[in-house]
Amino acid sequence: MRFLLTDEQREFARTLDSLLGAAGTPAAVRAWAAGEHKPGRDLWARLAETGVFALAVPEEHDGMGPLPVELAVTFVELGRHAVPGPLVETVAAAALLHRLGDADAAADWLPRIAAGEALVGLCAEDAPFALDADAADTVLVVRDDTVCRTETHGPVQPALDPARRLSRPLGGTVLARGPAVTAAARHATDLARLLTAAQALGLGRALLDGTVDHVKQRTQFGRPIGSFQAVKHRLADTLIGLEFAQPLVHAAALALAAEDPSAGAEAAAAKAAAGEACYAAARTALQLHGAVGYTDEPDLSLWIRKARPLRDAWGTPAACRARVLAG
Amino acid sequence: MDLDASDADAAFRAEARAWLAAHVPAAPLPSLETREGFAAHRDWERRLAADRWSVVSWPAEHGGRDASLFQWLIFEEEYYAAGAPGRVSQNGINLLAPTLFEHGTPEQRARVLGPMATGEVVWAQAWSEPEAGSDLASLRSTAVRTDGGWRLRGQKTWSSRAAFADRAFGLFRSEPGTPRPHQGLTYLMFPLDAPGVTVRPIGRLDGKPAFAELFLDDVFVPDADVIGEPGQGWRVAMSTAGNERGLTLRSPGRFTAAAERLTALWRETADPTDTALRDRVADAVIGARAYQLFTYANASRLAGGGSLGAESSLNKVFWSELDIALHETALDLLGPHGALADDADEAPAHGSWAEGYTFSLAGPVYAGTNEIQRNIIAERLLGLPKEARG
Repeated sequence: MRFLLTDEQREFARTLDSLLGAAGTPAAVRAWAAGEHKPGRDLWARLAETGVFALAVPEEHDGMGPLPVELAVTFVELGRHAVPGPLVETVAAAALLHRLGDADAAADWLPRIAAGEALVGLCAEDAPFALDADAADTVLVVRDDTVCRTETHGPVQPALDPARRLSRPLGGTVLARGPAVTAAARHATDLARLLTAAQALGLGRALLDGTVDHVKQRTQFGRPIGSFQAVKHRLADTLIGLEFAQPLVHAAALALAAEDPSAGAEAAAAKAAAGEACYAAARTALQLHGAVGYTDEPDLSLWIRKARPLRDAWGTPAACRARVLAG
Repeated sequence: MDLDASDADAAFRAEARAWLAAHVPAAPLPSLETREGFAAHRDWERRLAADRWSVVSWPAEHGGRDASLFQWLIFEEEYYAAGAPGRVSQNGINLLAPTLFEHGTPEQRARVLGPMATGEVVWAQAWSEPEAGSDLASLRSTAVRTDGGWRLRGQKTWSSRAAFADRAFGLFRSEPGTPRPHQGLTYLMFPLDAPGVTVRPIGRLDGKPAFAELFLDDVFVPDADVIGEPGQGWRVAMSTAGNERGLTLRSPGRFTAAAERLTALWRETADPTDTALRDRVADAVIGARAYQLFTYANASRLAGGGSLGAESSLNKVFWSELDIALHETALDLLGPHGALADDADEAPAHGSWAEGYTFSLAGPVYAGTNEIQRNIIAERLLGLPKEARG
């Protein structure tokens, strides 16, 4: 047993972190929220060059996956930098398409997903709204044992996080039907939960790091507020939440990679823990930034607004907890 | 990255599971915090030691199996899953033994470790004093040089197991008037039945004499019972204090087994529409799994030559709060029966939730309070400035 990321995995994370750090993601997030997708799609293209989307796609369709552990590592960094777009949905859709048994649909979409050219929306029981359907090239909709594909959607509705653009998918043509769909959709949901958890973990880390920097500099009563015990203890608890969510994310990735029967429960546990830890980090960030934390001008707001929707995406905490106890 | 057991680890798990299945007492032993229970637990330690299961990670020459850290974790998982009794020797095994392995002389190891492993000599820790709890360096009990050894004077308190234990270990001020409070301390072992020692049991919240205070009036300790250099006691103690908060004091097996029992209790007793209670059960299960996995990651780091420092403070806060959450949730599931002690006629059949609950309440207090641990986390792991003092 060696339950630690390899040097290569850590190096890959560092590479993504510096790429995204230099890419001006906050501007892309603000543009995305305004319905202007070009900067976000450029960001996707740069990510595709590093192989990020190929991790989701099997070799026979020009990918190098599926590699859930490397995907989890990737999504921590995507979350850390609040990269916009249907990232989780596109990767989960790749898993769904690969398992549907529809060779044409797989051959049509998987190489384009691997290349970062296709943004794919995905709706299922835990995700009734299509995320970023206005930007997506297609949307897959799972209902019971049927998968449909559609390019039509209702109006984009105002949302808590304006960079997560939500609409109802409309119409569609049937891609596949039957028990294979149910099994494939279950796997796609487990993967979506894992990657949402990883994204939440990265988002939470960014919120904690930014808040730690802030409380070291911000002085009140003649001292940095980070020297006050009430502030310290809140940040310590935030770190504890994130530190203990991380191994759950790693274990869920391993279980999905091995197609272990425990994968569903492990992904749900990771999602519940990371979602709550990230949301707690956002609450802490807002509180310790004071009134600044309540304004939308600093980039901090982009991260804070994402925390609650991520906590509830692909299974609310209650749904995930019920899944854990179902075993 | 993997979670796969090697062939050797899988064989070790199978051997431990088989032995425990054949040997764990069918009926629970009486509480080890009573005289009768203490004796019964000593017998159990002897049976464990006879087949070399009492200290699996120790070298074979001292009664162990040279087991790796992973194998120790595996053993603990199997131990608690089998419902085996709590360990009356744990203060010695978890706190004194690592210190002896690091700082003791070969003579001390040869003399102390064997009887510790068999339960023949049960050790109590004597760190705290009435004025020195989390601020351990402020302790006042003294060790004064005499012919061939030292004379101890002062008072120790909250000494776990000291009501029935045989010997104790702790720190004493041997050089009064040092410029800093953690200088001039000496780490010593002493018998609890020596002339000059008075042991006064202190009742816990549930009334059991789980600890005691010790009054030391000119107690002689030979030089052979000093661990490390005289005056260097703080360094000696701190080099192994991480064990108490970190990996070895509260093994994950204890919590994963409790989470299993809690889940079983929930399936049998809970109202399925009570989703608030269901969520707390799930959180306890998730917390136990997180603690297990976090420990695997730390064990991997240590096996790769890394070390743990302030990270053990993360552990301490997490397991102590998890322990309370597990037991509070169980008491809520038990409803009116949750108010009964474990030895009541109508006590719940699934384990010692009442005693476990009482014990869990102490978790945030001992081994360095959680307030101190959160300061350590904030200052050493997050790099926040020290609080203004004085």
